[in-house]
Amino acid sequence: MTDILCKTKDLKITFPHRLGDFTAVHGFDMEVRRGEIVGLIGESGAGKSTIGNAIMGLLSHPGKVSGGRIDLEGQNLIDLTGAAMARLRGRRIGMIFQDPMTSLNPLMTVGDQLAESIALLQDLPMAQARQMAADRLDAVGIPDAVERMGQYPHEFSGGMRQRVVIALAMAGNPDLLIADEPTTALDVSVQKQVLDLIRSICVERSLGVILVTHDMGVIAETADRVYVMRHGRLVETGPTGQVIHAPSQQYTRDLIASIPSIESREERFRNPVKRTGEIDQWLLEGHRHEGTDDYVTASALTKDFATRKKTFWGTSGSFRAVDIPGLSIARGEVLGLVGESGSGKSTLGRMMIGLVQPSSGNVHYSDHGPLAEVRSRAARKALRRDVQVVFQDPYSSLNSRMRVDHILAEPIRFHGLAERADIPRLVGALLERVGLPPDTGRKFPHQFSGGQRQRICIARALSVRPRFLLCDEPTSALDVSIQAEMLALLMELRRSLGLTMLFVSHDLAVVRQVSDRVAVMKQGKIVECQDAEPLFDAPRNDYTRMLLDTAPRASGHKEANNLRSGI
Amino acid sequence: MGRIEMLERIRSDFWYELLNSPVTLASAIVIALMVIGCSFAPVFAPHTPFDPATISILDNNLPPAWAAGGDPRFLFGTDLQGRDVLSAMLYGGRISLLVGIGAVALSVVIGMTVGLLAGYFGRMTDTVLMRVAEIQFAFPPILIALLFNGILKASLPADVFAQAAVPIMILAIGLAGWVQFARIVRASAMVQRNQDYVTACHAIGLPTPTIILRHITPNILGPVLVLAMLQIAVAIVTEATLSFLGLGTPLTEPSLGALIQIGSQYLFSGIWWVVIFPGVMLLVMVVAFNLVADWVRDYLNPRLR
Repeated sequence: MTDILCKTKDLKITFPHRLGDFTAVHGFDMEVRRGEIVGLIGESGAGKSTIGNAIMGLLSHPGKVSGGRIDLEGQNLIDLTGAAMARLRGRRIGMIFQDPMTSLNPLMTVGDQLAESIALLQDLPMAQARQMAADRLDAVGIPDAVERMGQYPHEFSGGMRQRVVIALAMAGNPDLLIADEPTTALDVSVQKQVLDLIRSICVERSLGVILVTHDMGVIAETADRVYVMRHGRLVETGPTGQVIHAPSQQYTRDLIASIPSIESREERFRNPVKRTGEIDQWLLEGHRHEGTDDYVTASALTKDFATRKKTFWGTSGSFRAVDIPGLSIARGEVLGLVGESGSGKSTLGRMMIGLVQPSSGNVHYSDHGPLAEVRSRAARKALRRDVQVVFQDPYSSLNSRMRVDHILAEPIRFHGLAERADIPRLVGALLERVGLPPDTGRKFPHQFSGGQRQRICIARALSVRPRFLLCDEPTSALDVSIQAEMLALLMELRRSLGLTMLFVSHDLAVVRQVSDRVAVMKQGKIVECQDAEPLFDAPRNDYTRMLLDTAPRASGHKEANNLRSGI
Repeated sequence: MGRIEMLERIRSDFWYELLNSPVTLASAIVIALMVIGCSFAPVFAPHTPFDPATISILDNNLPPAWAAGGDPRFLFGTDLQGRDVLSAMLYGGRISLLVGIGAVALSVVIGMTVGLLAGYFGRMTDTVLMRVAEIQFAFPPILIALLFNGILKASLPADVFAQAAVPIMILAIGLAGWVQFARIVRASAMVQRNQDYVTACHAIGLPTPTIILRHITPNILGPVLVLAMLQIAVAIVTEATLSFLGLGTPLTEPSLGALIQIGSQYLFSGIWWVVIFPGVMLLVMVVAFNLVADWVRDYLNPRLR
């Protein structure tokens, strides 16, 4: 096929700023043909979404195309007026956004939204548009489409909502579809279905699709060709299989190498952090954590949340978020806790460290006794010193109004772990220990990148010299290349300090890399819990198997190709 | 060097945004001039208007200096007793600003305490405190200030009341205005309470007062600052209203509102300057505080820009 649908040539996009223009995209060339999916991959800030927005003519203020051209079947989109561009949107170019909740109007029924778009874009009377809307919803795989037309977006699940968004993007029968991280907000088990839908639409209607994502697994399973971007420049391009299996550029190789593999556990993480003896000595001081007995045991643990069912007398009804007969973690062990969103894994994790009170049942620490009996101020303080947490979002987990050295000094001072005069030196050493320059403590959190902030969070957790660390999705908010560094740091700290860890994540590949044992959660219950290797290689439970099968994997491309050639 | 180049050399966002908004800059300068002029009224005022020894009844009812019959010693003219209007405005403005800022400071202290407790602890604490706040909110603030003022005026001896007029005004207006602060602080505290950094504080085991004061409070000061600036203007107007109604500052120590009240009696006898100049000063003061507050709100919330 030489049928080029959309083409960018030497595209340059700048965001003017009073301290100098910021060039988001430096001369980018791309071609999209009919009937193919082109992947655009890069870390956050690579400029990949900016290109998608530029093609749509939706660059956020004050960004502008400062050079080059965007051709849609021979027409240069950059020369078009705002009104002409608006006529193209929806009719020639459709867009799918990341978050299906915010891209639908919550106050309109799904049927009305879709029918309105169809009526407007195809110039049809409303009755006919409604008929067509039902067909379209059926076509994107929504069962009972006619009944569901009358429902509101919040009555749909995440995956179903994204199907509605796809139907909406297709309302005007566009030739080019831009999908900006279409599956990032979805659970793994749903991701695959949505990607399959995009691919089948692409093939059936011979559309051109630009798939913008940071996830190499998504690219590998879906895209025909891929463009790798970094800092607004093209690094490498080629057929997906070639780029993944034989990358020609070092950056692409690094990007692929940093993806944790779901297939095997690797000891290849590079760890740039230098060990500093003195701080490790301090961290281990009076705190040796030895033996192989169970450090923490949960028994018959449940947690109920009140649901918002309003009756005349107030709220009533409850929802059981967690219901497990028992779970224990041995000293020095890393237990991985996997599940989809809403499975109760975070709540369970927080109950295990005493941040959330269980509705019934108990958590027992071998060093402190049952959690319910840790009541006195001194006992509570001793427990809090032993048990720490690292959160998912490195932005909200640091107090933005406090200097980093104050954030780290506060726990040390509060628990009386060092002489006052030694604290500044210790804080510097802690920062160095997690891979940051020791003199950066004078800065505020917003002056650090996401990965650096996560290092600060780890340093804060370490500052009380804990034995047990809860990691609640610690890598989910980070770019892949940084994810690998963060995992390496956590694993190295675990080895040097003998930490016991509970590692909560929705990402099976990440869990495989770090865990000794894995528990799989579904709807508040643990469906399978066993050593990591057998669980990943030969899962006993159907749900575990389904999770493993649907997870996108970088090496899955060959299979996908075979599948398609069979169509 | 042109204005644009000058702006480009400034690295701080605060000064850049401020200098880029001429209206705000002018308002800020007006506020600064008024605060300085009024705070040091004895230094800047050409006369001492309330010292009988320095005023002469012979100078009474002089029009402004530029009008026919004006006296260059009295820029904005004199009133019935021969007092210099400009000097009276500076002294009066001092009282208005003192009451405005003092009352808002009191409102902030009460409102933040209530709001933090209600927002952080929630449940019964929240229900009880916010119901109290809502009951008070149902009454107009001016009514509460009137009531409070009236009760004190009736129960205190006249000379004690006259001496304590300014603190009483601060108390009356401050007690009437705390509910808005409590509401906005409560809402922010409820958001902050669920942020991960607060959970991290719990994980470390920090005591509740430390979490509230060291961690949550600095993160909610932005909206409080904006509301405080808006409320200073409101408090100044409330004080002027009370004084205009004769419930505020005594005639020996008149605020802007009292000056307007005195002047309004002569407005139709052609002696317009006694009421117009204090009135304009009050207007400019209130508008300037509002404009600066609007700008601060936009500055703290870049999404509104």
